[in-house]
Amino acid sequence: MSFKEIIAKRAAREIRPGQVINLGIGIPTQILQFLPADTVVFIHSENGILGIGPRCRRGTENRNLIDAGGNYVTLQPGASFFDSILSFSLVRGGRLDIAFLGALEISAKGDLANWIIPGRYSPGIGGGMELAQKAKRVIVTTTHTTKEGTPKIFPECTLPITAKACVGTIITELAVMEVTPEGLVLKELAEGTDFETVKSLTAAPLIVKGDSIPRYS
Amino acid sequence: MIDKVCTLASVMKFFRDRQTIMVGGFGVPGTPFMLIDALLESGRSALTLVKNEANEDHLGVSKLIEAGRVEKLIISHLGLNATAIGFMNRGEIQVDFYPQGILAEKIRSGGAGIFGFLTDIGIDTILKKGKELVKTRDGRELILEPATRADISLIHAAQGDRYGNLVYEKSARNFNPVMAMAADIVIAEVEQIVEVGDISPDSIHTPGAFVDHVVVIEELTPDYGVLSRHVL
Repeated sequence: MSFKEIIAKRAAREIRPGQVINLGIGIPTQILQFLPADTVVFIHSENGILGIGPRCRRGTENRNLIDAGGNYVTLQPGASFFDSILSFSLVRGGRLDIAFLGALEISAKGDLANWIIPGRYSPGIGGGMELAQKAKRVIVTTTHTTKEGTPKIFPECTLPITAKACVGTIITELAVMEVTPEGLVLKELAEGTDFETVKSLTAAPLIVKGDSIPRYS
Repeated sequence: MIDKVCTLASVMKFFRDRQTIMVGGFGVPGTPFMLIDALLESGRSALTLVKNEANEDHLGVSKLIEAGRVEKLIISHLGLNATAIGFMNRGEIQVDFYPQGILAEKIRSGGAGIFGFLTDIGIDTILKKGKELVKTRDGRELILEPATRADISLIHAAQGDRYGNLVYEKSARNFNPVMAMAADIVIAEVEQIVEVGDISPDSIHTPGAFVDHVVVIEELTPDYGVLSRHVL
């Protein structure tokens, strides 16, 4: 499995049947393929859909049916369409159980930066700020470091943040971490890595509780 | 007889330089490509466009940007349009970014006769800069977000009748119903015109009272079709 698949597979285990979920662009879109087939979840898309299914097979696309990233998608039974007002009322009003989001930086206090690198990358905001600030639970799915190998997890974000203290869980190809009042707790380690490696690639202190850390793959 | 159905040529007279124009759509679905082409053809410039995103390179409102007709975008993101990002980075267009649902709510307020609203979205971020802030009695600090209205809204619907009642299809609804509430002149292009009474009252998404003019799309051009770069 690729890094992204390891992350998506582990992230799928956070989902409970019946939850309302938003999948950000990138790794989050791969999570669905790792859900048990009989698990009913309601996937929300910012452009006004609740109940989207997997992406369309080639040749079955409908020109009026895309997700927020522009991909042609299928629908699950019981799906609904609505306008942008209702779509974000659902988010800000507290009906979204989980938002899976990507990250440029995350702080040990759960601050998330994922929308702008001043002077280099500023495509705008989209729905990310409302998702980060208002979803009941924000799970960040990201590679543990940048492509250059520098950490993404810091005591404080250096980039402008998307929302403050919003992240609950961080899932990378190396570790699962939980943001707690005491700091960042290392909950699980991926197969094939060890604590020292993860520690060296994390710029914030990691708290380890108990003697053995569960593994995932 | 009330008949809001008119020709494309007859709506050209509404376009002026320096207007603020709302354009429906989120990606291809719901984008009024025919009306955008008409606006381009009108030659009008120094426009302020209110839209969710700037479509993708060389498509939809991106054509207006690339032709130098746009002075300012009031928008949520430009993530799928590198050309528009280039115009922004070179200072050739001014861009005001808003969180997507806040943009929608600003438009809704404009359409609902409300002057603005209070929100905590972005309160801990750089978006707070330059905003009017309100301290509530219980000590909360909130952003006062003013309403947005436009001179003209350009809307795309699947079906319409001569009273201006509209029905949208699938994910093509998005910003269309709310933008249809928030402009002095509301022009809707429709894929199909039906008789008054054919659409069940329960099924009408935008009541005709919000719509001034209905133009029938003669032919669904390739712009309305499936974008091959998003196909698996």
